[in-house]
Amino acid sequence: MAECHPVGFQWVMEAKARGAKVFHVDPRFTRTSALADRHLPIRAGSDIVLLGALIHHVLENELDFREYVLAYTNAATIVSEDFRDTEDLDGLFSGWDQEAATYDPRSWAYEPSGEQPPADQAEGGPRDAEAAGADTYGAGGPAAHPSPRTDPTLTHPRCVYQIVKRHFARYTPELVERLCGIPRDGFAELAEAVTANSGRERTTAWVYSVGWTQHTVGAQYIRTASILQLLLGNMGRPGGGILALRGHASIQGSTDIPTLFNILPGYLDMPHAERHGGLDHYLEVEGGTTGFWGNRRSYVVSLLKAWWGEAATEENDFCFGHLPRMTGDHGHYTTVMGQIDGTVKGYFVVGENPAVGSSGGRAQRLGLANLDWLVVRDLTLVETATFWLDGPELETGELRTEDIGTEVFFLPAASHVEKEGTFTNTQRLLQWREKALDPPGDCRSELWFYHHLGKLLRQRMTDDEIDRPVRELTWDYPEHGVHREPSAEAVLREINGVGPDGRALSNSTQLRPDGSTACGCWIYCGVYADEVNQAARRRPGREQSAVAPEWGWAWPANRRILYNRASADPEGNPWSERKAYVWWDAGRGEWTGQDVPDCEIGKPPGYEPPEGARAQAALAGTDPFIMQSDGKGWLYVPAGLVDGPLPAHYEPHESPVANPLYAQQANPARRTYHRPESPYNAPGGRFPYVLTTYRLTEHHTAGGMSRPLAYLAELQPELFCEVSPQLAGQLGLANGGWATIVTSRAVVEARVLVTGRMRPLRVEGRVVHQVGLPYHWGWGGGGLVTGDVANDLMPLVLDPNVYIQEGKAMTCDVRPGRRPRGRAALDLLERYRHG
Amino acid sequence: MPGRGWLARWPVIRQLTGEDGRSDAARSARTDALRPRTEEAGTVARSICPYCAVGCGQLVYVKDGEVTQIEGDPDSPISRGRLCPKGSASKQLVTHPGRQTQVLYRRPYGTGWERLDLDTAMEMIADRVARTRRETWEETHEGRVVRRTLGIASLGGATLDDEENYLMKKLYTALGAIQVENQARI
Repeated sequence: MAECHPVGFQWVMEAKARGAKVFHVDPRFTRTSALADRHLPIRAGSDIVLLGALIHHVLENELDFREYVLAYTNAATIVSEDFRDTEDLDGLFSGWDQEAATYDPRSWAYEPSGEQPPADQAEGGPRDAEAAGADTYGAGGPAAHPSPRTDPTLTHPRCVYQIVKRHFARYTPELVERLCGIPRDGFAELAEAVTANSGRERTTAWVYSVGWTQHTVGAQYIRTASILQLLLGNMGRPGGGILALRGHASIQGSTDIPTLFNILPGYLDMPHAERHGGLDHYLEVEGGTTGFWGNRRSYVVSLLKAWWGEAATEENDFCFGHLPRMTGDHGHYTTVMGQIDGTVKGYFVVGENPAVGSSGGRAQRLGLANLDWLVVRDLTLVETATFWLDGPELETGELRTEDIGTEVFFLPAASHVEKEGTFTNTQRLLQWREKALDPPGDCRSELWFYHHLGKLLRQRMTDDEIDRPVRELTWDYPEHGVHREPSAEAVLREINGVGPDGRALSNSTQLRPDGSTACGCWIYCGVYADEVNQAARRRPGREQSAVAPEWGWAWPANRRILYNRASADPEGNPWSERKAYVWWDAGRGEWTGQDVPDCEIGKPPGYEPPEGARAQAALAGTDPFIMQSDGKGWLYVPAGLVDGPLPAHYEPHESPVANPLYAQQANPARRTYHRPESPYNAPGGRFPYVLTTYRLTEHHTAGGMSRPLAYLAELQPELFCEVSPQLAGQLGLANGGWATIVTSRAVVEARVLVTGRMRPLRVEGRVVHQVGLPYHWGWGGGGLVTGDVANDLMPLVLDPNVYIQEGKAMTCDVRPGRRPRGRAALDLLERYRHG
Repeated sequence: MPGRGWLARWPVIRQLTGEDGRSDAARSARTDALRPRTEEAGTVARSICPYCAVGCGQLVYVKDGEVTQIEGDPDSPISRGRLCPKGSASKQLVTHPGRQTQVLYRRPYGTGWERLDLDTAMEMIADRVARTRRETWEETHEGRVVRRTLGIASLGGATLDDEENYLMKKLYTALGAIQVENQARI
């Protein structure tokens, strides 16, 4: 955190100054480790063992926050007798279909499971597996029975509490020592601190970044932390939570308003050709009718009204048929395979640099070289724009400039100070940026580009039916200035939504299912409340409470801590004075406190939903997790994940360690691409070391926004690999000299940094060496400093829930000296691939 | 301060005669005349750092149509005026000489860049989108209506504004282009 989110880390240091104990779990020793109370080096790819052992510790010693667990989680819920755990089936859950390599999740359901959909339509079933469907459940769970059978004594053998306890029984401190390389005294110190700092009076927070997500079990890493935090009562409370530190200024925004294939704004599913028919059918199969997702029709219809305006009517399903349909995986890596195979002809790359920034860069570049046309928009000539002129495949002779048919348009972009608009930061906070000056030359904002491209395309549309969605699209944003820049505020107001009177809405609860409201992203409804750009609010922090509600605007409804109903006990009183945040004011008959309460403000804690209630009315006054169909935090996930209802430790796709827990070595549901452009490392001795990658404070991602800057280039001029003195001694690597890192995808050279910061770990009774590589370099990109592309080393193997690649744990070999050039580099790779 | 002559006021002399060189004794008349660039700025825009997702407040100082300084915004309850090395260097991000300000074009099989004016480039891109969309249009897939094109894809968005991502998703969806992705997938 101190490396990659340094200014955010000041708050960790504030907490430490007030007595908080800080642990840093990371394969490498960083600036964070230097400032933490304790650094626990861990083998990359083994975190579920560590977190699972903490869960085991809590359950074995009954250290859970029982009142919280009983009231706010599904601990008491009884699960179907058809369910079988990985502990019963040697690493597989019940429902595994070996041939299809997917789960039928129906046996994971609560009891009584009621009427179940057919296997291929089940949430988290094969349809979701092939289209990253589980992604959408991040904003709220899939449907589950709102009032299933429970055992509040938590003793029923099939209640969630007992299932979780049995599941993690073998996740012991001994196993942590064997698999993670963390000694028992280190684990004991962590377990003691985490449990001692949880409960009524205290809370513990977990902070993670892509070190947890870029794995073939990435979503399950976060799930493991969720189970721990729910058991300890650390969700929805101040100082608690599981906090994702995201790496781009508005990566949260580009997920909420997604430039992602499988979702529409506000985490609504993109329709699927086989799963969904018309609007009614889509709504029927997408999630439950209880909890706030019970208002899904209002969210969808309002989005369709925002996009197709008067053309969207009740009679034509509000133009639901204008939405294109998915038929499977249309994600980033599959798109690249489509480029190589010739099905993808044209490609826009805007503010991203896949030629050096994506895993398996060679496949990316071969894809770019096979396009008809490519549009790159960026601040500098990034490698993605110049691959045809100076890419590494020219040096090896795999490509020749004059053979590459791709037509390339490079359009320079406006910088963040040359346009106005909002970034959504990692805490869901929208902050409006004022424009400082006009962009130079041909530089334009993305807003300008897409607005004018849309206008030019509309001129090219015909009366043909296929052109109707473009013809009928609302696309009339006011323009200003010499460049005819569209109004970003007008776009933000459309995102916010308007009511029947044409006035800006102030809350998503005002959205209607009948077409009388329009809203471009329901979770952002309220950002333009009262016709005021709420994201532009800048009341100084020192003039506000610590919550600072008048700085920017957080979705939803300006809430700063999600699910904060859980900061009060079931009766609505703060768990303790020390941790008071929101509470029920019986006198006024409403919720109040330091933040916007994350529940219906007038719903008393004693509210019991009547039979047959829908949407939020179906949740009790004690249910804090209001996006879930049952209002509960899920220790066990009865539906929605494609790789199991509980996290299990699987080794990374490429690992030097055999999984001692199960016969199942790696996540059986992981997504693989068996392609010659990007092969996998064979198991065994040829690739004996663990390779992990990371960022440095002085650079940003693949370097497009940092390598061209003189200050930053000087501070971190060169690609290096971090190795321990022991490994350096074994291999004959000299500090400051050169090393060559090899996987079956690529061969990369780097300066050697011999450092005690990389510690050899004893795993399964033998020493495992880890090699660390920052990934900020490329061959060009306007960089004042250049270097080999670390991302070229990575395999294309993905988490099956969200299709994120395993970039944090793989195997490699290391050789002293510089890498071979040209054809010789290919020959070396060939020897590693085939022995 | 010993004496009042220029020699006695010379910082070197003052430090040699025992005054603390890390304090007032380091000041000279030139030091006193120095003014921060931020004071001379014509306008100050309240902005947000473009690198990671912490969202630190920035103040962008502009004089005569040039960014002269970018500093942390002390009003921000998130950053309290602080910036990291990247945020502190972000004036270079917007002013460095390697920034491209012209449209460039590489024709198929071409061996070098050519200049193109922006309006021509926009028309050419629109032509290609319209043509590729039509040529790769898929009305049905295995008997089911899909109304889409798999011929056009897009990547990027996490460094862009919410409003920009919104227009991108809206336009692509209307065009039937579904292979739309960004850094959040990575």
